Amino acid sequence: MEWYEVLVQQTINGLTRGSVFALIAMGYTMVYGVIELINFAHGDVFMLGLFIPLTVVTLLGVSTTLVGWQILGVLLPLFLVTMLVTGAINLTIDRVAYRPLRRAPRLAPLITAIGVSFMIENLAMLWKGPAPIPFPDLFPNVDILNAWLGIDTLIYFTTKDLFVVVVTLPLMLALELFVTRTRWGKAMRATAQDRETAAAMGINVERMIMLTFFTGGALAGAAGLIQGMYYNIGQWWMGYQAGLRAFTAAVIGGIGNMPGAALGGLFIGFLSAWSDQYISARWTNALVFAILILFLVFRPQGLLGERPPDRT
Amino acid sequence: MLELRDVHTYYGRIRALRGVSLEVKAGEVVALIGSNGAGKTTTLKTIVGILKPQRGEIQFEGKRIDGVATDRIVRMGIAQAPEGRRIFPRMTVLENLELGAFAREDALGVRADMERVFRLFPRVKERLHQKGGTLSGGEQQMLAIARALMARPQLLLLDEPSMGLSPILVEAIFETIRSIRSQGTTILLVEQNARMALRVANRGYVIQTGRIVLHDTADALLKSDLVRKSYLGEK
Ligand SMILES: Nc1ncnc2c1ncn2[C@@H]1O[C@H](COP(=O)(O)OP(=O)(O)O)[C@@H](O)[C@H]1O
Ligand SMILES: [Mg+2]
Repeated sequence: MEWYEVLVQQTINGLTRGSVFALIAMGYTMVYGVIELINFAHGDVFMLGLFIPLTVVTLLGVSTTLVGWQILGVLLPLFLVTMLVTGAINLTIDRVAYRPLRRAPRLAPLITAIGVSFMIENLAMLWKGPAPIPFPDLFPNVDILNAWLGIDTLIYFTTKDLFVVVVTLPLMLALELFVTRTRWGKAMRATAQDRETAAAMGINVERMIMLTFFTGGALAGAAGLIQGMYYNIGQWWMGYQAGLRAFTAAVIGGIGNMPGAALGGLFIGFLSAWSDQYISARWTNALVFAILILFLVFRPQGLLGERPPDRT
Repeated sequence: MLELRDVHTYYGRIRALRGVSLEVKAGEVVALIGSNGAGKTTTLKTIVGILKPQRGEIQFEGKRIDGVATDRIVRMGIAQAPEGRRIFPRMTVLENLELGAFAREDALGVRADMERVFRLFPRVKERLHQKGGTLSGGEQQMLAIARALMARPQLLLLDEPSMGLSPILVEAIFETIRSIRSQGTTILLVEQNARMALRVANRGYVIQTGRIVLHDTADALLKSDLVRKSYLGEK
């Protein structure tokens, strides 16, 4: 491979990875925006977004690559079910673990979130075992540049890469339209900006918090399913690393800021792919966290944030 | 319409209200005056359920509302322009107004009220697509009142609408309160500016350290020794 082919290849990798981080980061940032909680369990909901559809397709006996109409016929319901279930799980986590602590000092729900994260990870390990588990290769993998366009290149851009982008972009766009254009989306933003005044507008604040957890969980679930279909592998602790990277993405974008989280996710995607290639995969985590710390110290409001995250 | 009976409200162990009783009748403008820290804001927050009273009873239109959630009280017909305006800073003026009407289902009525609000506050209309946080203090106050009116409330609570405004703007705000009154909205007006408040009010209450110490018609209060000495700066 020529140097530029390597660069383009890693940039494509960064784009697909980053799309997944972006989806996770948007949920992270939404929850932070509304209740100022860093929901450490969010990455684990992403993991469940892989485990749950895996169980579904196993039960249905789907284990080979889908063809023709099956692609839409199987994937659409699979995404819907996954997103509904992970959304409901995230909502339940809030009701059970965080809601009783709504008026407690902020450290209490934060520690609880770490506990919830450990709990989900360990349950997942008991459920599917400690070893990496294969996810069936559902989506057809065609080398677009060589096989379809007849371009003679070593750059590998496949239908799977395209699939990731084609699913992620509309999801992010739909979310953006939801929060900026709809009545409930506006109520959600109002709740994030000033909870007490939102209540004084007749908004049921607890219902908005539920909606936020549901939406964030559904996005994380979609990200998990995309991850499974793209890499065809999952493991009980996968939410830990993805969650930390998505959190970094959210901080870079300005925590609480949704377009910021999407951009931050893409940025971390590119950065980690380039770092894997040009530095070493072993250093990628260190690099990501160095950036997280630099932002927390020097620009805690992130790139797009309009206010420091800590209002107290 | 609204009645508070012996309401006690605490912040933790701090007693902010020590037995507040007051009444607002339909069609009235009632002023609640008192100096900084007397308990005016606490009274309003207790009415809308942001704070729960420890003791006492609050009735609105014959129904008990103490202990009811804020969003439900608002849906029953009480809207407020809170202390410090509390405009949603990162939403446009239009979105702020829409949120004021959040609890309403009658789209046509909402549109009509939007027009009405624009007539009351032409400045608000000029700023329609600007972010709330970019408005001046006076514009934010107008928006806060406009937003509350968008709920088409039976009872409007105003918490220090004149705070921090220049005399000309204070004059303008009170002029608007007069026209809102003339359109038949019942108002509970909280003010430190006793003179302005009592000029638009029918009746008034004076609150000191969490207790109502005096209540009478607005004219009588303007002439009373206590009000003239303590709140109008006369000798
Ligand atoms: N969040 C709070 N926590 C503790 N004490 C408070 C709080 N808000 C107000 N207070 C106290 O309650 C009393 C009444 O305050 P407030 O109702 O805001 O007065 P006003 O609106 O008349 O200026 C004051 O003594 C004030 O210090
Ligand atoms: Mg006050």
